[in-house]
This record gives sequence, structure tokens and C-alpha cells, in this order.
Amino acid sequence: MTGNSPLLSVEGLTIDLPAQPGLVQDVSFEVGRGRSLALIGESGCGKTLTSMAILRLLPPGLTIAGGRIVFDGTDLLTCSPRELRAVRGGPVGVVFQEPMSSLDPTMTVGDQIAEARLLHLGERRSVALRRAEELLDRVGIPNAAQRVRSYPHELSGGMQQRVMIAAAIACDPKLVIADEPTTALDVTIQAEILGLLRDLQRDLDLAVLLVTHDLGVVADFCDDVVVMYAGHVVERASIDELFYSPGHPYSSALLASVPQSGSPRTRLAVIPGRVPPAGRFPAGCRFQPRCVHNRPEVCGRPQPDSVLAGAHRSRCGRVASGALTVEGVPRG
Amino acid sequence: MTAAVQQETAPARRSRTRVLREVLRKPAAAVSIGYVLLLVVLAIGGRWIAPHDPDVQDLGNRFAGPSLEHWFGTDDFGRDVASRIINAAAVTISAPAISVGIAVAIGLPLGLWAAVRGGWVDAITGRLADTVLALPALVGALAIVAVLGPGLVTTMIAVGIIFSPAIFRVVRGAALAVTEETFIRAADAVGSSRRRTLWVHVLPNIAAPLLVQTTILMGVALLVEASLSFLGLGVQPPDASWGSMLKAAYANQFDAPYAVVPPGIAMVLTVLAFNTIGDAIRDAVGLRRRT
Amino acid sequence: MSGRMIVRRLGGGVLVLWLVSLVTFLMVQLIPGDPAQVIAGENASAADVERIRERLGLDRPVIEQYLTWLFGVLRGDLGRSLFTDRPVTSTILLAAPPTLALAVAAIVVAVLVGVTAGVLAGLAQGSWLDRAISSLATLGIAMPSFWVAMLLVSVFALGLGWFPATSYAPMSRGLGTWASHLVLPAVALGLATAAELARHTRGCVADVLTRPYVRTARARGATTGWLVRRHILRNAAIPVVTVLGLQTGRLLGGTIVIEAVVGISGLGTLAVNSVLQRDYPVIQGYVLFCAAVVVLINLIVDLTYGWINPKVRTA
Repeated sequence: MTGNSPLLSVEGLTIDLPAQPGLVQDVSFEVGRGRSLALIGESGCGKTLTSMAILRLLPPGLTIAGGRIVFDGTDLLTCSPRELRAVRGGPVGVVFQEPMSSLDPTMTVGDQIAEARLLHLGERRSVALRRAEELLDRVGIPNAAQRVRSYPHELSGGMQQRVMIAAAIACDPKLVIADEPTTALDVTIQAEILGLLRDLQRDLDLAVLLVTHDLGVVADFCDDVVVMYAGHVVERASIDELFYSPGHPYSSALLASVPQSGSPRTRLAVIPGRVPPAGRFPAGCRFQPRCVHNRPEVCGRPQPDSVLAGAHRSRCGRVASGALTVEGVPRG
Repeated sequence: MTAAVQQETAPARRSRTRVLREVLRKPAAAVSIGYVLLLVVLAIGGRWIAPHDPDVQDLGNRFAGPSLEHWFGTDDFGRDVASRIINAAAVTISAPAISVGIAVAIGLPLGLWAAVRGGWVDAITGRLADTVLALPALVGALAIVAVLGPGLVTTMIAVGIIFSPAIFRVVRGAALAVTEETFIRAADAVGSSRRRTLWVHVLPNIAAPLLVQTTILMGVALLVEASLSFLGLGVQPPDASWGSMLKAAYANQFDAPYAVVPPGIAMVLTVLAFNTIGDAIRDAVGLRRRT
Repeated sequence: MSGRMIVRRLGGGVLVLWLVSLVTFLMVQLIPGDPAQVIAGENASAADVERIRERLGLDRPVIEQYLTWLFGVLRGDLGRSLFTDRPVTSTILLAAPPTLALAVAAIVVAVLVGVTAGVLAGLAQGSWLDRAISSLATLGIAMPSFWVAMLLVSVFALGLGWFPATSYAPMSRGLGTWASHLVLPAVALGLATAAELARHTRGCVADVLTRPYVRTARARGATTGWLVRRHILRNAAIPVVTVLGLQTGRLLGGTIVIEAVVGISGLGTLAVNSVLQRDYPVIQGYVLFCAAVVVLINLIVDLTYGWINPKVRTA
């Protein structure tokens, strides 16, 4: 069953709010075993919703209106609640944005790390706590034997996020979903946390789905990238493809707006206009009002996901029409 | 007073009709207000409205069950229970109203004084409130009745004193919050006198929380006074309240087990009405609801 | 909670108790007219009035009276009953067990019913179950406990005969007998508190459910039951315990009427009889006893906060 099939595949995922259908629309991507994939986009583009939908952890009111999510042979949208619970915290671990509020203030960090082992492996608490201590040590928290009995508020933000990571890998998962794990942290801590995630990925042969708005993080960390804009996936590429030959105008604009460490005095590019608010997305290409290549007769129609080269795909009308090809790479 | 200040106080005034409209839009609250108005009418005109003379005895017809003639049956003296309930409405409603009035008369000025003066005034009044609140309402009322002697008037005074800290706290809190607000500072800045500030700005703004608190307290006061009357410490015969009717009915429970039902239901409905109105006003003026 | 906080709370409690004792002492002084005459009754002889004046020490200066009384109280001596001539302290301690048993049983009923109903309503917000529980809670708050007691006695004791109708059975007569006598009055007394608790618990559970750490626990594969046991109850506990603390006073006061309905001769009955007989030393003792219980409960509630939420402990 495993073999060559991807660990996680998301196909045509659509998320609705009653008043705003198509908040996330027709999102597809795959995460291979042991690979790391970044889901990138501005705030409000639906990347967090997409990542939460995988384990069906959407906030109340939001519904998954269509698509398929298959993890390691299990269709997570049609499986029983029991099967879903077996996946949550077992083969899939999650690290959330705000470590402080994502940890239960009334429970020791040891108990929170041990929780998944009690739930999934039925371990005794004392056994699970010993394992929690090892995990704390593994994520680089000094004095693990004492820290296991600490409460979340006694730890710094960086330490809290390490605890969240330890809890996410408590049951030796195959996939870790990390939703902007460093956004709430200081810049210096961000690099440490990312470094930890990268080490764990390598050492434990983990697949990682990293949700972020930071291209710099993506460049350091990921094998593949999915670029989202206003609820659509606009481009899917390997990290090199995205950085050296972006296939969508939004990706290009995003790259141009990142400060380059080599050239300090260049002016940063700014994307003109604003992201449209949810519910007022334009028909067809959702980026067209801000796009320098906008051609209303083409871009007003829904754009297919077109292949640029291999797994490199773009939702730009110019790719579909053959007007845009990737430099040096023959099409098809 | 400057135009700017006038403008900032205006919303508080205009919203009063809005609050009423919002309260009435809730069916439960509208029904409750109607019910309380009906009670007031019964309390005032009960003598004329009641189907029978509440005091006429018919010893040949004691403990009769409900009938067309006697809706809720008759009591141990053959008196018509429905008429007695209507007749007792006056005492039952006015007693908590007077109690809450006493509580406001004590709590409102003290609360304003504590909020405006602060310092030792605030400390002493606060401690006094703590002291009264350290006693369960019924125990405190019992102690005061012990001093003043049993009777309707003394229970009303007792309950009023017991509830005054609740009013005090609400008034003090609201007044403190209001004096922090910008338009009060603005009034201070334009040289409006302290007393004038109090009357024009502070009082209208503590009206809403005060109204909510008094409405809720009406229900509680009714229950406390019913308890005292049931214990024989409140209303004395020949006067009757629903609480003292329950006492009499319970004494005859072997002869007429259902006699305790009508006065009790009347009491539950009344308390329910006051609570519903209080909650509706609270929601309408946007105060935090006690979940 | 730090040691300093505990000392401060303790100090506040002692201060309130002292103020209550002062007010309690003044009770006799505040009696309109001549206290001794009022206590003795209108038809009492001059000698009787003088005897009472002397027994209560009303012939001495107020300050001296107060100090004598206060030192007595501190030694646990609350004086003697004017009617039975027995020491007030032992009279109260003798009457306390049924009342405390009733109050504790009512708390148990209130917590079991109220918290369960509140959690169910909070988990099923907006459902018919939620609406039903909320409506019942609103009704429960409006019902006088003594009336509920009458109905329960009518139906379950006199009608169906499932429980004894009256009186209290000490535990020495067997645990079953003791419990069966307590069930009806405890349910009647605890019902309003259960309703209040259900309302608050519902709100707290609804609030906790929106917290990110609940989503974290779900992401670990927690079932709803696990969530409730491990995360929701503990986090919803602080406001619920606060309400419970505030409600103990109401329960203690409620015992007075419930005892009258069910015919338990406990503290409430003692207090009512003492008011009717104008037996002031007993009333004073009862009031002080109640205040001490309330202050003690508040202190326990404060200490519980630190145990429930470790954040309070170090703050």
C-alpha cells in the first residue's frame, strides 16, 4: 500500500464558510515520505485553514465542501471518527502557531507530551512521563528531568515551542504539520526552532508540512513549495524551480519583495494593490487585479493548473496558453 | 458646558428608548413585563377584581378541590384560594419593592460617596459591605428581625439592609468606571462642578447597572421575605402573603396536599419574571451577562 | 498562591470576623427601648427584668460589656441560653451536625447535577439539550427551596413512600437510614445552587472550548470524554469554584427553611426558635458561627485556586 504513493495527498480541497463559499478552493498538493513541503502565502490566503483541514481541525462554522485528503492510505474525509483519532497525534503530529495558548496552562509539560502516548499506545503515566523526559532532552531542553514537571507559564516562548514539538513527535509520527511555528517567537529563537525541526526531520525521517509566510524560512528548510494566493494554489514547484524560475507572477512578486542579503541598497519591490477580502474574490484568476500581465479576456476565466515542467505547475493563464515557458527547460 | 461635552453625553440619553425597545423585542421579556404589570393591577385593585371575598369563611366547604366556582379550591376555613392569592399579591409585591427601595436608599449614596471620595471613606464602607456580605442573606435578616422583632415592616427593613451592599458594590463599581471615562474628564476640564458632574454625568451612566441589579434583587427579596413569612417571622395574620399562605397550606398537607401548589407557582412565576426582565435589560444595555 | 497572599487573606478574614462580632455584640444594644424589658416580655415583674439585665451584664458600661463578651468568645465561651441555661457553645455544637450534613449533602447534589448539566450544555451549545438545560436552570433559580421541599415531600415521601417524610437520622443509625433521610431536603436545598452552577459551568465550558489548547488536545487524538476529564473540567473549575464559594452562604441560610419544612432540629430551627423567644445569646452565637463558616469557606476557595491553576500559585 505504501510503496511509491505519496505519504499525504490533498486533491481539490475546498473549504466554505456559509457566507463565503470558496474560502479555499480546489487546493491540491502532495507530501512525499521524508520530504518537507512549504505552504506559503500572505496572511488570509487560506494556508492555515488548508493545513488544519487535513486533520479536520477547522474552527466551527467552516466546512470542507469538497476534495479528498488521503494520508498513508486512509481517506481522512470519509473515515470513521475512531480512524481519524488514530491518525491525529499518532502518525501525524501538529505544531501550532502560538505555543503559549496552545499548551494547557493547568497541566505540566510532561503530562502534555505524554498525553499522546497515553491515548495511542495506552502506556502507563509513569512510563509515558519517562519517555516525555527523553523527548524534552531530544528537543534540546536542558534539565529535562526537572522541566518535565514545569507548567507552560514557567517556560520561555522558545522553550514552549520546543515542548510543542516534543509533544508532536511523541508517538514517532511520519508527518509533522507545523503551522507558522516561529511566527510568535523572537527572530533569534526562530532560527533555533527551524534548526531543530530540520534536525528532527533528517534524524527521524519525518515528512514536514510547514505553513509559513516567510520565504527565507522556505529557502533554508524545504524541498518543495506550494504558493497560495486568496484561497487558490497558484504555483507548485521544487525550491530551486521557485527561486530560479518562478512560474507565476505572484511568486515572482513575492520573491522580489524579499530583502537580499547580498545587495543591501536595492529598493524592495512592493506588490501594488491589496489582497481581496474573502468573499470578494474576482472570477477567474484571483491575482489578476494586481497582475502586471493581466489580460482580462484570458484571466477572467478560471485557470487550470498547468504543467510547466515535471512536477512544476502554475495556475497562470499564460502557462496554459503556452505564452510562458520556463527558461532553459523545454516544455512538457 | 461645551458642545463637545454635550455631544458625548447625548448617546446615553437617547439610548433609553432604544433599550426599552430592545427589551420588549424579546418575547420572554415582554411577557414578563406584562405579567408584572398585571400583578401591580391585581395588587392595587385586587379587592374588586377577586371573584370572592378573600376573608369570607365557608366552613362547610373546607379543602374543596379546584372547581369552576373556586379555581384553586378552598383552604382550611373554606376561603377561596384564588381570591386569597390575588389579595395577597399586594403584600407579596410591595414588600420586596420597599426592601429594594431601602437597599437603594442606603447603597446608592454610600456607593457614590465611596467612589468619589475614595481613601478612608472607600475603605470603611467597603469593609462594612464585606461584613454584611459575610452573613448569608437569611441569617442576616434573621439577626435583624431578632433585634427589631417579627413583623412585616421589620422584615422589609431587614431585607433592605441585607441587600444594601449589593447595591453599594454595583454603584461604586459603575461610578468608578464612569469617572475614568473621557467625557467626565472633559467636564472636569471645562470646570463643571463636582456635584454637577455627579448629577449630569455619573448618575445617568450608573442607571443601567443599577436597574439590572434592582430588578434581580426584587426576585431574591421576594424569596427571602417568603422564607421569613413561612418561618412565621414576617407577615402576621390576618395579613397574608404567598409565603404565609404556603405556611398555612403546608400545615394542612394531609388534608389538602395540593394546596401548596398555587401560591408556590405564583411565587415562581413572579421571581422568573423579575429575573427575565433583569437579564433582558442586562443584555440590552450590553453589560456582561452572568453566564 | 504565595505565603504572603495567604497571610493577607487570613488577615482579611479575621478582620471581617471581628467586625461581625462587633455587630453581633451590638445587636442587644440596638434593641429599641430597654433591652432587658423587651427580652423579659411585657408582663414580666421588675425583679425578672433586673435578673435579665444582670445576666446579660446590661447594668455595666458598654465597653466593659464588650470586652468581657469578646474575651469570652475568644475562649469559645458564648454565654448561656436565657431559656435552657445551657452554654451556647455546646447548644450550637449539638445542633450543628444535622445542619452541616444537610448543607454538605446539598453541595454534593448541586455539584453533581449542576456541573454535569453545565458540561453537557456547554458541549452541545445551541442543541435542544442545551436549550432544555438552560431553561430548567432559569426555572431552578426562581424556585423557593422550601416550596420545592414541600413538593418533594408530598410526592416522594407521602405519595410514593420512597423516602421518610420528616426528621434527621444520625449516622449512628446506619449509613442507609442517614442518607435516605437526607435525600429529599438535600435535593430541595441544592437545586437552586445546581441551577446557578449549571449556568456558570456552561459558560466556562463554552469559553474553554474556544481555547487553542483544546484544539491541541484534539490534534493528539483526544476523545470528547478525554477532553472533558483532562482539560475542560480543570480549566473551567476556577469560576465554578468561585460560584460554589459564593453559594455556600445561600445554602447555609437555606437550611433554616428546609429544616422547618422537613422537621430537622438543627441550627436553623434553633435560630428561629431563639428569635421567637428572644434568646439573644443563642442568636449571637449562631450568627458568629455562620460568619465563621462563610469566612472559612472563602479562605478554602482562595487556596483552591492555586491548586487548580498553577499560574495563580506563583503569581
